[in-house]
Amino acid sequence: MAVYEHAYKPYAGPLTPEWSRFLIIPRHAYRDVFRSKLFTGFFALCFVCPLVMAILIYLHHNLTAMAIFQINLRDLAPINAFFFQVYIGIQTGLAFLLTVLIGPPLISRDLANNALPLYLCRPFSRAEYVIGKMSVLMILISAITWVPGALLFLFQSYLEGAGWFANNFWIAVAVFVDSWTWIALLALLSVTISAWVKWRLAASAALFGLFIISNAIGITVNNVLRTKWGSLFNLTVIMKTIEDGLFRNPNSMSLPQWMILSTIAAWIALALFCAFCLFLLTRKVRAYEVVS
Amino acid sequence: MENVVPNTVEADPPAEVVTKAPEAVLDKPVIDLDGLSVTFGNRPILKELRGDLRGRAIGLLGPNGAGKTTLIHTLLGFHSPSSGTAHIFGRDIRSHAKQIRTQIGYMPERDSFIANMTCVHFVRLMGELSGLPSEAALERAHEALFYVGLGEARYRQLGTYSLGMKQLAKLAQAIVHGPRLIFLDEPTNGLDPPARARMIELIRQIRDSGKAHILLSSHLLRDVEECCEEILIIKSGRIAVYCNLEEERKSNRKFLELETRGERDAFADAIAKLGCEYALTSERRLKLILQDGVEIRDLYRIADEHQVQIRRLNFKRDSLEDIFLKAMEDGNGVDPKAAGVSYAAQANLPGKGNP
Repeated sequence: MAVYEHAYKPYAGPLTPEWSRFLIIPRHAYRDVFRSKLFTGFFALCFVCPLVMAILIYLHHNLTAMAIFQINLRDLAPINAFFFQVYIGIQTGLAFLLTVLIGPPLISRDLANNALPLYLCRPFSRAEYVIGKMSVLMILISAITWVPGALLFLFQSYLEGAGWFANNFWIAVAVFVDSWTWIALLALLSVTISAWVKWRLAASAALFGLFIISNAIGITVNNVLRTKWGSLFNLTVIMKTIEDGLFRNPNSMSLPQWMILSTIAAWIALALFCAFCLFLLTRKVRAYEVVS
Repeated sequence: MENVVPNTVEADPPAEVVTKAPEAVLDKPVIDLDGLSVTFGNRPILKELRGDLRGRAIGLLGPNGAGKTTLIHTLLGFHSPSSGTAHIFGRDIRSHAKQIRTQIGYMPERDSFIANMTCVHFVRLMGELSGLPSEAALERAHEALFYVGLGEARYRQLGTYSLGMKQLAKLAQAIVHGPRLIFLDEPTNGLDPPARARMIELIRQIRDSGKAHILLSSHLLRDVEECCEEILIIKSGRIAVYCNLEEERKSNRKFLELETRGERDAFADAIAKLGCEYALTSERRLKLILQDGVEIRDLYRIADEHQVQIRRLNFKRDSLEDIFLKAMEDGNGVDPKAAGVSYAAQANLPGKGNP
């Protein structure tokens, strides 16, 4: 089918491995995403916190620099689990905003343009399509959460020594697991809302609303029924409980004792919530909707 | 540069074989329908479809709601068969959907695009999703767009395209990966006459290349007649007719239409005595089927004997419209294999014995 031949010709060359094809979606999506100066600026802003954290770690280990800036070691926050929990708290907040910016049109635009048959008529499954769309967010959120978090941890380990690394390796695990919990939740939530809400503004509002409304429902149920199980509807509390469990910092939200969820209950609630999102996705992500 | 592996469509003939001897692949069925049924809820859409489709270009016809698009979607794996199955190039659509889709191109009926993309970017993405490495996909995207005639407009946003250009872009994405079977669902929908002619010409070129089979679904009989060698007519979810158009036409060479003046009844009786079936269609016209051993000059001799003038004599060859209308009137969607008749024979049933 060469231009000069002007004849139909089959393709006889090599094919890419099947497992890697879902990555085609984020690669093409980023061209569109980074065309927006607003988003590019915001994405750059997401690296300010890791940079500040790196400077703090550096100052902890450089007495000359502290002397120059006239900083006392006691004034600096200690580099411990809480330091990394604060870092993850800030970065996941930014990850949420990033999701609000690029998540809503991910699937809704394809649905509006009837593009799903074009994806699914190829050797490309529905699962690969969803994973491909989720990975648009997963890669970007990874880049601002656990990847810099791991670098900060390694930087601190390098400056502090192998002993600190061995004793605090669980912090790196906590950073990684907590980041991925947020990544999975935000990506899944975003593509689910995108599949069901076609209007971008409404989808963004739904993302915000889900956290606010679930929070309101959880608090109301807890207060009316004087129980802690209402928190199972509260996404913020669920995520915070999981985070507290990972960073061994119980009740960082300072909730009343009777409202505190167990970590296992929070994990189960999160799993159920994700399963519900997947169920909704399977209902919507189809080449054609069949009306029985 | 992306990591690539050799083309792993094992058990299929390599592309070179297809290129050198396209006729060889025509011996095997392209699509083998094996009792394929599809049900949506409690509503059966396709009912026990059976048959081997072998043609280079097969026209899929049927009234609205007959199940044409559902058949294409089922073959693509969009719907699961409720019973039975189908094989494409010998592979089961239930168990080898992905491998099958590697070799299929699909041009959907409705507008289907990915937003905010230039045409070349769109076609390239489609090529990559079909398994082509990035550079190869880009190269073939350019080639496909030049091939369909969108070369000069390939860097324009798809949203700015006219309807005809969008149809061509859809064709380009369907052929970018060089499939062996192309499903075209109403490819000339909404096209003006020049654009339609261009689309038909492209389909014929692909057909004549012998390197891809085409399944063309359309409700426009003229499109099918111009592009296809074989037709599959679906009525109420069943196969009403599957036949080779040219053979069907040849088989009707003994189907005559006469315009006469004079005492026609006696003339008709004399024809009947020769063993020819006939029907009086109007005051001056009659249709008949010539039996073996009866020649045209016998008709003139009998006409002379009965002092009847034959003013006009036409070989009445069935047009696609005739075949389609007969199928709609008489085709009860009988499973031809179960009935013990060939599709071609079944296609001839209506009308021939009773002109």
